Amino acid sequence: MKIFVLMKQVPNKDAVLRVRGDGKWVEEGDLSFEVNESDGYALEESLRLKEKKGGEVVVACLGPQRAKSVIKDALARGADRAIHVVADDFAQAGPFAVAKVLAEAIRGEQPDLVLAGLQSDDQGYGQTGVIVAELLGLPHATIVIDVDYSSEQLRVKRELESGWYQWYTMQTPALLTIQSGISQIRYATLKGIMAAKKKEIREAQPAIAAGEGEFQTVERVYLPLKQKQTQFLGDGDAKKGAAQLAEKLRNEARVI
Amino acid sequence: MSNGILVFVEHRQGVINKVSFEAVAAAQQLGASLGQEVTAVVLGADAALANEVTGFKLAGVVSAENPKLADYTPDAYADAFEKVVRAREPQYVIFPHTYLVRDFAPKLAARFGKGLVSDCVRMKAEGGAVTFTRRLFQGKMDADVVASGGGAVFATFQSGAYRGDQAERGGAAAAVESVAVEVGEVRMQPEAPFQEVKAAVDLTKTDVIIAIGRGIKSQENIALAQKLAELLGGDIAASRPICDAGWLPIDRQIGSSGQTVAPKLYIALGISGAIQHLVGMKNAGTIVAVNKDAEAPIFDIADYGIVGDLFEVVPALTEEIQKLKG
Ligand SMILES: Cc1cc2nc3c(=O)[nH]c(=O)nc-3n(C[C@H](O)[C@H](O)[C@H](O)COP(=O)(O)OP(=O)(O)OC[C@H]3O[C@@H](n4cnc5c(N)ncnc54)[C@H](O)[C@@H]3O)c2cc1C
Repeated sequence: MKIFVLMKQVPNKDAVLRVRGDGKWVEEGDLSFEVNESDGYALEESLRLKEKKGGEVVVACLGPQRAKSVIKDALARGADRAIHVVADDFAQAGPFAVAKVLAEAIRGEQPDLVLAGLQSDDQGYGQTGVIVAELLGLPHATIVIDVDYSSEQLRVKRELESGWYQWYTMQTPALLTIQSGISQIRYATLKGIMAAKKKEIREAQPAIAAGEGEFQTVERVYLPLKQKQTQFLGDGDAKKGAAQLAEKLRNEARVI
Repeated sequence: MSNGILVFVEHRQGVINKVSFEAVAAAQQLGASLGQEVTAVVLGADAALANEVTGFKLAGVVSAENPKLADYTPDAYADAFEKVVRAREPQYVIFPHTYLVRDFAPKLAARFGKGLVSDCVRMKAEGGAVTFTRRLFQGKMDADVVASGGGAVFATFQSGAYRGDQAERGGAAAAVESVAVEVGEVRMQPEAPFQEVKAAVDLTKTDVIIAIGRGIKSQENIALAQKLAELLGGDIAASRPICDAGWLPIDRQIGSSGQTVAPKLYIALGISGAIQHLVGMKNAGTIVAVNKDAEAPIFDIADYGIVGDLFEVVPALTEEIQKLKG
């Protein structure tokens, strides 16, 4: 079985974000980067499926050269090879453009299964996987929290809102977007890291130019306007803040 | 020439999802600014549910019908909705940003060579031009987005962005137009939705919740929060990553895919405040946030905030409360 997993590199979650000079994106020079959270789970699920069904796991990633660290880490964890669509100018691309590039990068490979994270932690469109499926003519399921492929039939458990779930039986090949928490993510072993050095990373050009056919443009990026008047306590002094808070909780909020 | 606004009304198991009314309110406001009519779209096997939205001030309700729409599938919904959009050539198509919409609407938009302007928190229409605002970086940044190019603009709105009770009611009932739509092959077969076995803890009945997020760093550190919870007679809860990691069971998860709570006091420790968490706790009486990042979105809904390291704040707070309690 040939499983493709779509992976993206995003700014570190704890990063302090600053708006870039032109006001249209964040200052990337300040940031460190990591794998998008749900993509890490998509990789893990791909590796588990390969262990059960055999075959190979191929990473597909669109991003600048720095995204290689995400690819190398995935290879160290057990992916077999990777396709890196190298582009510096897709950070702000809309979901259709990104999906188009990824779909064209893997189309000729005829995957049996494509897994993606359900949403990116930076742009957060939550659409890439679904659009890739449409462009490749594959059925899809989103927000998948369990995969049962023990028989010939692919069954997936989808998360609905407020603690509800639903199983779907899918025709294959198919595309699934994976929810965080589907399984516990393995660490890369030293052996894995050594083995990764010999694995293929094929570089490719994006099938379309950034901005081509784009229909949504970011005009301005800024810190959200605050809606609520928060009383900030302690002025950076933890002890003072704690004392003030205890007092407020008793006398103002009357919850103690 | 594209014209008018369509708004998607969602239902599950024969009940209309109330978030749809927020989308109706959004579409009506857009319609008022642009001088355009709003038509609701309901997909189903018959017109039963379409009849439930005729009370809103709408130009009409399109009931797109096919037996294959009885149970939700992305294939059937995308096919059916595509027919409606092609027939009516709207300028805007508005959706609530629900899990169901996330599942099929990108597929629909892709058939028109686009993506969705997804998860918007507001919009502004000026002189016929519309600017949508979306959240980036899990709520840490806002982005103003303009849609260009021809044809329909597909946009989804975050839960809470508009108020459902502000959806305008109409004088006379809006007319329902039943249309039989063609649906192609459906490649996925749903089973009945279900809930996992009843949660062992019911956090909806607790007055005080101490919730921890990724800022807690390790499972051992949860004891810190536990101590505070015991002192206040409360319960411990968490954001999703804590439950994903298996540090706490999933029935302690607060948010869109966990429990929705409204305790008297909610103390969020090391939680950034992503929308999927906020929807589960924003109605708490008093909200306290402790976070080392002064710009963390959680502070936007907190009554009291301490910018600082929770590993300093929590022990100090525990001590202070102990003192007060004597
Ligand atoms: C479909 C879907 C459903 C989801 N459902 C849910 C849900 O039900 N519930 C939920 O919670 N999430 C849910 N999520 C995930 C959600 O989007 C966020 O990823 C998640 O809530 C983030 O959790 P967090 O705030 O703990 O972690 P982070 O976002 O990583 O935030 C950690 C915070 O801790 C702070 N911090 C770090 N160290 C310290 C310290 N020493 N002292 C003080 N502060 C510190 C940081 O500044 C940061 O703000 C869902 C996502 C999707 C896409």
